[in-house]
Amino acid sequence: MTASAEPGPEGVVLRLRGITKRFGDLVANNAIDLDLTAGEILALLGENGAGKTTLMNILFGHYLADEGEILVAGPNSGLQPLKAGSPSAALAAGIGMVHQHFTLAENLSVLDNILLGTEPLWRPLQKRREARDKLASLMGQAGLQVGLEVVVSSLSVGERQRVEILKALYRDARILILDEPTAVLTPQEVERLFETLRRLASHGLSVVFISHKLGEVLDISDRVTVLRAGRIVADLPSTGTDRAHLAETMVGRPIPSTIRSPMEPGEVLLALDRVRVPGTDRRTGLAETILRLQRHEIIGVAGVSGNGQAALAGLICGLVRHDAGEMRLFGRRAVIGSPLVMVTAGVGRIPEDRLDDGVVGDMEVWENLLLEDYRQSRFQYAGFIRQAEAQAHARDVIEGFDIRCPGPRAITRLLSGGNIQKLILGRVLDRRPDLILANQPARGLDVGAVTYVHQRLLEARERGAGIILISEDLDELLTLSDRVAVMYRGHLSPTMPTESVTIRQLGLMMAGQKAEEAEIDAA
Amino acid sequence: MRLEVRGEVPLALTVLAPAGAIVLALMLTAIPLLWAEVPVLRAYGLIFEGALGSRFALTETLARATPLIFTGLAAAVAFRAKLWNIGAEGQLYVGALSAVAIGSGIFAASPFVMIPLVLVAGALAGALLMLIPTLLKLRLGVDEVVTTLLLNFIVLLFVSMMIEGPMKDPMGMGWPQTEPIIEQAALPKLIAKTRVHAGLLLALLAGAAVWVLVQRTTWGLEMRAVGANPAAARFAGMPVGRVVLRVGLLSGALAGLAGVGEVAGLKGYLTLDLSPGFGYSGIVVAMLAQLNALAVIAAALFVAVVFVGADFMSRSIGVSSYLANLIVATSLLTMLLASLATRYRIRMK
Repeated sequence: MTASAEPGPEGVVLRLRGITKRFGDLVANNAIDLDLTAGEILALLGENGAGKTTLMNILFGHYLADEGEILVAGPNSGLQPLKAGSPSAALAAGIGMVHQHFTLAENLSVLDNILLGTEPLWRPLQKRREARDKLASLMGQAGLQVGLEVVVSSLSVGERQRVEILKALYRDARILILDEPTAVLTPQEVERLFETLRRLASHGLSVVFISHKLGEVLDISDRVTVLRAGRIVADLPSTGTDRAHLAETMVGRPIPSTIRSPMEPGEVLLALDRVRVPGTDRRTGLAETILRLQRHEIIGVAGVSGNGQAALAGLICGLVRHDAGEMRLFGRRAVIGSPLVMVTAGVGRIPEDRLDDGVVGDMEVWENLLLEDYRQSRFQYAGFIRQAEAQAHARDVIEGFDIRCPGPRAITRLLSGGNIQKLILGRVLDRRPDLILANQPARGLDVGAVTYVHQRLLEARERGAGIILISEDLDELLTLSDRVAVMYRGHLSPTMPTESVTIRQLGLMMAGQKAEEAEIDAA
Repeated sequence: MRLEVRGEVPLALTVLAPAGAIVLALMLTAIPLLWAEVPVLRAYGLIFEGALGSRFALTETLARATPLIFTGLAAAVAFRAKLWNIGAEGQLYVGALSAVAIGSGIFAASPFVMIPLVLVAGALAGALLMLIPTLLKLRLGVDEVVTTLLLNFIVLLFVSMMIEGPMKDPMGMGWPQTEPIIEQAALPKLIAKTRVHAGLLLALLAGAAVWVLVQRTTWGLEMRAVGANPAAARFAGMPVGRVVLRVGLLSGALAGLAGVGEVAGLKGYLTLDLSPGFGYSGIVVAMLAQLNALAVIAAALFVAVVFVGADFMSRSIGVSSYLANLIVATSLLTMLLASLATRYRIRMK
């Protein structure tokens, strides 16, 4: 290797200097300085809206920075300015990006997807053999194995991600940016991804790992850069720091820890006895399911999204009907599946999709708080809404649930995700339901809001409610649940006491292993 | 360049934007007016004079606004719940047809009986006509835009059949028209010797009532929720299908009332040129009013001013009435632009 082949000064391959980006009054990135060295795994940590994605979009040329410059080391040269606002320049400079939502053509083979865009359109004969050889050596180097002739639509999420990484490597990426790569993976897949990343880094690839999950960040990265409100607030080596410290730096204030105190479960609230929900083309149904939920307990339902959680949630929300088995609600046999029946029976329902099912974005906050309760005589007389009552109620809930908004008359869609979730939480919990279905109640929320949601759910449990918590976040499930079960292809496993299971075991069960096998394998 | 939704709309803008729209419309229509060698300022003066310049002009404008308020409300109510009723024209005609069927002398009673009867008959006919596309939508998922629109033509042909056949006026000297509405069933004039009739009063009442219904009642809450996000409305336990049905019936009834007003308050008998497209203009009225029932009244008055004024101008100067239509169309477009400008801001990238 000649001297000119050396990366930039002190091995720096990427240098951001004073990157500032404003959207109107909002400063999304404020004078960001960042250095990335060869073979380093850097974690970019921050809450939603901290500016992580904006920064990476500037780097990749999707956005133009208002100020600042980007320097990239060429394969045979020192640091050189990168042409701003040009994704093709970023690609040519060796920057590869794996987006959170994959950008693969589902109907093409893996090889076609990888070659797509790397070849001139008019060349009739593609150099497939060469490409295959190059990919084979890349796969060996990275420890990634994917069938090149397989059509992408038949791949699992984890495999698709591997294709995305290969795609970047095939284009000779020397800097790989991964945006929330673990959001869609099972714990085992996460482990595999991390192994791959470590191997690639040992071969000199530099990785930027964007995440808001503290555990992963500590696990994979050499260095953590914490963004808050568009500024870098910390830049520290991953060894010698801990989750609590990182969380506090990320949020900017201490986070109360969530503690679930042991409680004696009470009467049975919901009993499913071999209940079956038919599936549809787009949705997995529920195979014969047995479940018992008691007062003072939270049952966590783990599973990779799309394994029948929607059917279970839909059943308890009253959106779908079961076609076999028996469902007993508060000791009585429940037959008619209708949201109204469930609402009036006192079931609290927190939907998975808050914007689609949870609120009417174009309506005002007080109206959304009234959505399930407007029929009550408290809020209407002969069909006329008691405005004063309804608004007073809204003010109470806004205060009680700390919904940050200009007032009851604010348009709901203008609130932040966290505040919309608090609104739904307020609407549901203010009715003091005995049975609560919480479907992904904290997904996509800031750390502060997550803690808030968790504490409210635990309060409801202490008050005497039973909660079914569907989540893909295993940490969340293990923190909140008294018992956990795993859904796989429409089958719900028997529940297991939380204390007796490990993340690893749950991960194996999410991938389809039976509880006993998983226990043995995880041991 | 892209559009962003404004969080709060500045008060000044809500006043300035429509004013700016009128100025813009006048400037744009100056081009074809000049082309037609019409003195522009005089033409504008005539529009103003014809629509607002005298007692007679004012009453003409009010008479013209009456059916527009009804059809505007019909569209506003339906669109609020995302039920795209494009068939107000047909519903207007069946409303008029039933009014004539009941009110042209089959039997006679005091006006206190006849007038309500005629009104109810017209509203019912409009509602029943709208029931067809609404049920098709709810049961079979048939697009109501297509069905309501096509029903307009079916209704027009049906009306044509009736006034050429069974309902043709034997005293009509062969003209395709029905027998006239008897005196007891006719809506009284509000102002003597003008064309302003009690239908205007009813239209204003209907506007207020629809506003109260939409903004202040549980039914209105359901309508708005179903329109803005049917999934969330269903999740919250609202009877989505029943709400859509209710909206369809109400919308059809309002359009039917427009027909009753025209036939029982103004024309006296039904012909095929009862409505110069009031049903379609109602859609524009509703859009201008941003589906707000009270604003529908103002929007209907504005549209009536342009219609009546431009008509008067083209007659006075002796230019083609196409020019009048052009002015109407331009002012509607600029008004819609203005309402867009109040709701969105343009951001250059």
